[in-house]
Amino acid sequence: MLTITHFLTLGAILFCLSVAGIFLNRKNVIILLMCIELMLLAVNMNFVTFSRFLDNLDGQVFVFFILTVAAAEAAIGLAILVVLFRNRETINVAELDDLKG
Amino acid sequence: MSLKTTLLLIPLLPLIGSLISGLARNQVGRAGAHWITILAVAGSCLLSVSVLQMQLAGEIGVENISIYAWMVSDGIRFEVGFLIDHLTTLMMTVVTFVSLMVHIYTIGYMHDDPGYQRFFSYINLFTFAMLMLVMSNNFLQLFFGWEAVGLVSYLLIGFWFKRESAIRANMKAFLVNRVGDFGFLLGIAAVLMTFGSLDYTTVFAATPMMAGETISVVGDSEWNMLTFICICLFIGAMGKSAQAPLHVWLPDSMEGPTPISALIHAATMVTAGIFMVARMSPLFEMSDVALSFVMLIGAFTAFAMGLIGIVQNDIKRVVAYSTLSQLGYMTVALGVSAYSAAIFHLMTHAFFKALLFLGAGSVIIALHHQQDMRYMGALRKHMPITWITAWIGTLALVGFPFFAGFYSKDMIIEAVHLSQRWGSGVAYIAVVAGVLITSLYSFRLLYMTFHGKARWEVVESDEHHLPDGQLAHAPKESPLVVTVPLILLAIPSVLIGWYTVEPVLFGGWLDDSIYVAKHNDVLAELSQHFHGATALGLHAVLTIPFWLMVAGFAIATFVYLFRPRVAELFSQRLPFLYRLLDHKYYFDEFYQKIFAQGGLRVGQGLWKRADAGFIDGFLVNGSARAVNWVAARVRRWQTGYLYDYAFAMIIGLIAILAAWVVLY
Repeated sequence: MLTITHFLTLGAILFCLSVAGIFLNRKNVIILLMCIELMLLAVNMNFVTFSRFLDNLDGQVFVFFILTVAAAEAAIGLAILVVLFRNRETINVAELDDLKG
Repeated sequence: MSLKTTLLLIPLLPLIGSLISGLARNQVGRAGAHWITILAVAGSCLLSVSVLQMQLAGEIGVENISIYAWMVSDGIRFEVGFLIDHLTTLMMTVVTFVSLMVHIYTIGYMHDDPGYQRFFSYINLFTFAMLMLVMSNNFLQLFFGWEAVGLVSYLLIGFWFKRESAIRANMKAFLVNRVGDFGFLLGIAAVLMTFGSLDYTTVFAATPMMAGETISVVGDSEWNMLTFICICLFIGAMGKSAQAPLHVWLPDSMEGPTPISALIHAATMVTAGIFMVARMSPLFEMSDVALSFVMLIGAFTAFAMGLIGIVQNDIKRVVAYSTLSQLGYMTVALGVSAYSAAIFHLMTHAFFKALLFLGAGSVIIALHHQQDMRYMGALRKHMPITWITAWIGTLALVGFPFFAGFYSKDMIIEAVHLSQRWGSGVAYIAVVAGVLITSLYSFRLLYMTFHGKARWEVVESDEHHLPDGQLAHAPKESPLVVTVPLILLAIPSVLIGWYTVEPVLFGGWLDDSIYVAKHNDVLAELSQHFHGATALGLHAVLTIPFWLMVAGFAIATFVYLFRPRVAELFSQRLPFLYRLLDHKYYFDEFYQKIFAQGGLRVGQGLWKRADAGFIDGFLVNGSARAVNWVAARVRRWQTGYLYDYAFAMIIGLIAILAAWVVLY
């Protein structure tokens, strides 16, 4: 029998994977974007879980919003990435340190 | 012409004259300027005399006329108005008459000066301001006149504004007067606070009710309100009437042209303080402490400033110190409640001191602006009119019987003698000794200037600036515009005392303006011994002051006419005393060291430490440096790498969560 614990554990694992991906990846901005997407999906997982177990549809409505925002974010993120690559001819994260103080 | 119109015209004529001759000076020209201003002053002089005549005939009594309400604030009316009583009329007549004489004299004295029209404009403006001061019926207008005469005095001391010494002198006069005016303003404010009105009649009517009022000035010590008011007002009088220790500006004011020294710094403006205290007699009568203070300050000034006059060599400065000393006499008279005697001396002094100053000016013209008496002498033959009028002025000043100064000064000395006021013993000694001193310096001036050997010589030279003691032409008598005012002033210097001593002092002439409490009334006591002016003059030979005056005459004659070496010996034998007098008791040095240097040092301290050091260095630049220092450390965290920012976010999130868990 699948209980709420299994679902939440899955959400937590997904979230930790995405955080680890952000920290450990020093190479590629695309992977960063994917990690962020994954993080949002982890959150969605939790929303859906609680919605199901608490018999409340609000959580699933939120999921739709988050998916929409995530899609928009991915589009903008990729667009910035294209411009970035055009200007710098690299998408290596370790080289993008213009904000260094 | 109604009385109101007449009274309005008296001050306004000189104001109009001043504006025309000042603003349109190029259009009216030199002759135009002196005609306009002299006619204006002559007009107000005639109108003043007509008011005096109306008063003598009993047609008008005490007139309190409000001209214009300037504003009403919180129920207090600020007005322009005239209070016409005997005191005012007397002052108006004296001021306009002396002013008229000085105007005429100026034609001769300032003949070659490029600032001719400007000068006439200023002295006309002065006449206006002085008339506003004496005619006022409230404290505010009094203060206006007070400041306006101060302003004109400042302008005229610095009339020759290219001379550095003149600029320093007028600045000094202005600053020292500010000290006095500060006290005066505090006094007026205290009057307003206590009485809720600035009108003379209202304030004086309410004065007896306020006798018990107190005020805490410093800490919790309670002062009698009226004493506080009187002392503050008198501090104002000390500035304007040059009483020690605020006298230092008057000798330096001699940097101005001589007609000014006669009009402003001898006859009229400097007596404004005396007039003011006499006008405020109902207030001063309520405070014995204030009157004692007034008397002691006056006694010190009368005695100490006369002494300085003995060692001065500049002819105008001798007369200036004499003025200080005579103002001291007036102040002493105020202090012993003999207000009428003070006003009487003010009047006689105005005539003979103006005469002496104008005489000194006449000598100065003849010697081509040589003011040092060491280069004069034997001018008697060259300028007979100046010589005779100077003798008359001197006899009036030293108090020779039947001359004007005799009556006024003798009455002051007698009043001090009779007074029961605390400290009047000391004051009596000071004023009696002052007679000897007055006689000494006055005859010294006469001898050094007009008698003895000539200490100048005529040299053939085309040079404009000759060394001291050399003249291009022999000195000759001044023109008529100079000598006629001298003669016209010499007449009252002889007669006015004999003629008016009875009505002014004992006939109750000033009773409508001056209030004297019964127990203070020394003049009433004096009047019991008074049997007419002639008897008083004859009686003089039996009094100490007369013999002191003769002694002064004898000493001066011996020392300065026959044995000039004695004076030198004296200064060599008593170097300490001579230096003390020559440095004027070190008042100037003291003020220079303490107030001028001190002020400079405080200013520099505030500038370097407080402004440049604390505000600029610590607050402004300091906060910038602090931000810089913090930022230099914080910028290390800004690596610019995305994963570091993400890490910071996560850590921040965890920290917030942890805090939330711990707190709730």
